[in-house]
Amino acid sequence: MSLHVLAAGPLTLVQDRGRPGLAHLGVPRAGALDAPAAALANRLVGNDADAAVLEVVLGGLELYAEAACWVAATGAPAPLEIDGSARGHGRAERLAAGATLRLGRPPTGVRTYLAVAGGIAVDPVLGSRSTDTLAWVGPPPVRPGVRLPLGRPHAVPRPLDTPPAYRPGPLRVTPGPRADWFASDALDLLCGSTYVVEADSNRVGLRLDGPAVTRIRSGELPSEGMVLGAVQVPPSGRPVVFLADHPPTGGYPVLAVVHPEDLWRCAQLRPGERVRFSPAPPPDPAAAAAARR
Amino acid sequence: MLGLMPVQLRPFGATAALAEVGDPATALALATWARASGVAALEVVPAAETVLFDGVTDLPALAAALRSWSPSDARPDGDLVEVPVTYDGPDLASVAQAWGTDVAGVVRRHTSVEYVASFCGFAPGFAYLAGLPAELAVPRLDSPRPRVPAGSVGLAGPWCGVYPSASPGGWRLLGRTDAPLWDPDRERPALLAPGTRVRFVRA
Repeated sequence: MSLHVLAAGPLTLVQDRGRPGLAHLGVPRAGALDAPAAALANRLVGNDADAAVLEVVLGGLELYAEAACWVAATGAPAPLEIDGSARGHGRAERLAAGATLRLGRPPTGVRTYLAVAGGIAVDPVLGSRSTDTLAWVGPPPVRPGVRLPLGRPHAVPRPLDTPPAYRPGPLRVTPGPRADWFASDALDLLCGSTYVVEADSNRVGLRLDGPAVTRIRSGELPSEGMVLGAVQVPPSGRPVVFLADHPPTGGYPVLAVVHPEDLWRCAQLRPGERVRFSPAPPPDPAAAAAARR
Repeated sequence: MLGLMPVQLRPFGATAALAEVGDPATALALATWARASGVAALEVVPAAETVLFDGVTDLPALAAALRSWSPSDARPDGDLVEVPVTYDGPDLASVAQAWGTDVAGVVRRHTSVEYVASFCGFAPGFAYLAGLPAELAVPRLDSPRPRVPAGSVGLAGPWCGVYPSASPGGWRLLGRTDAPLWDPDRERPALLAPGTRVRFVRA
């Protein structure tokens, strides 16, 4: 059983929960950028949390199903069509044998997640089916003409699931480990300013234009380990929020760290959209660990 | 700062902390000890002067565990790997000049050192190899090459490194090796994982 890819839009990748635990070998964790949306899509079609889904940037995906299967699209609300008729977002839909599925361009957001019952069963690399776009560890990007193998469905769809409540407002941040490399008001400046998402933002990082954060120490920081959500400040002073494919180590100081529960929003911000930050108390470590799952 | 000397622990978001130890050998020793003693962290990432502990649910417990470590435990005792090198790199002459020797002298010095993979970064399986005496440090190229072939053996600052895959790079290239540096299908994907001891030999 497989899906035939007829069109793949600007960028379609296979993603699961990534391959954490290999940063010391220089391997990014990768994994779905909007993890709650990917998890919801999997739940809707009855998959395990570890099943691989398709991460579709700005729509344009077209698939032909050789056998019937359940699918669910979540994340950016790309219009979903099956054989030309509109179907629902955020719910399990039946794809009949011989049917064609199409995802249009979402009116908001960037990344739509398409889960298929049984999961996308390409060969895992280092324990994960995620494609890392920094070092290209993992399966190749999805291209027209390929067949995506599917796993065996083993549970019934759960159509009544709902996405987590949207929490508008600024991205919450806690101070980073190198606050001493910046002017004392740097975090206030970060949190008091409006930044604009730059066009070269990607799975490695959300690049932001806006008031430059001033460093008080020049020179290079010896390379050190980096975390998901680290707000790194290169010499330009323009912050970069590290996302799933970030380099495991980096040499620019980290001023702040984005709250784990707000990271998914970085996956859905479009170039030109505005971003603000707000200081937050450190989140509960156990809850934060759960949010990463 | 959560800890006492010798390890300064800097909080790094909700589930991580950065242990500052000041040099690569101590960072490697701490990371090796932490893995062996089962410190509860999803990632233990040594680097130039620090060890990152990420995916930690109990940061105070991590701080307490690190207090039982002392740098005197530092002894690199990883596997010894021999890397055969064909010394025909484009920067042999400039390194020879910097070292005040000739090409044969560069090869002799480069093959006479036992290196230790301190940490990985830059690319999967790219190890920063420590061991060259400080006076043999060489600066990076002023402008990086757009493409350095896989297997290239180079120097930058006090480090030696081998490119596991082709990429842009500014290291000074001494030669190349056919050693399989990175293979995700192997049980140990990185030939030169942190802690590995390395000797270069003439191919």
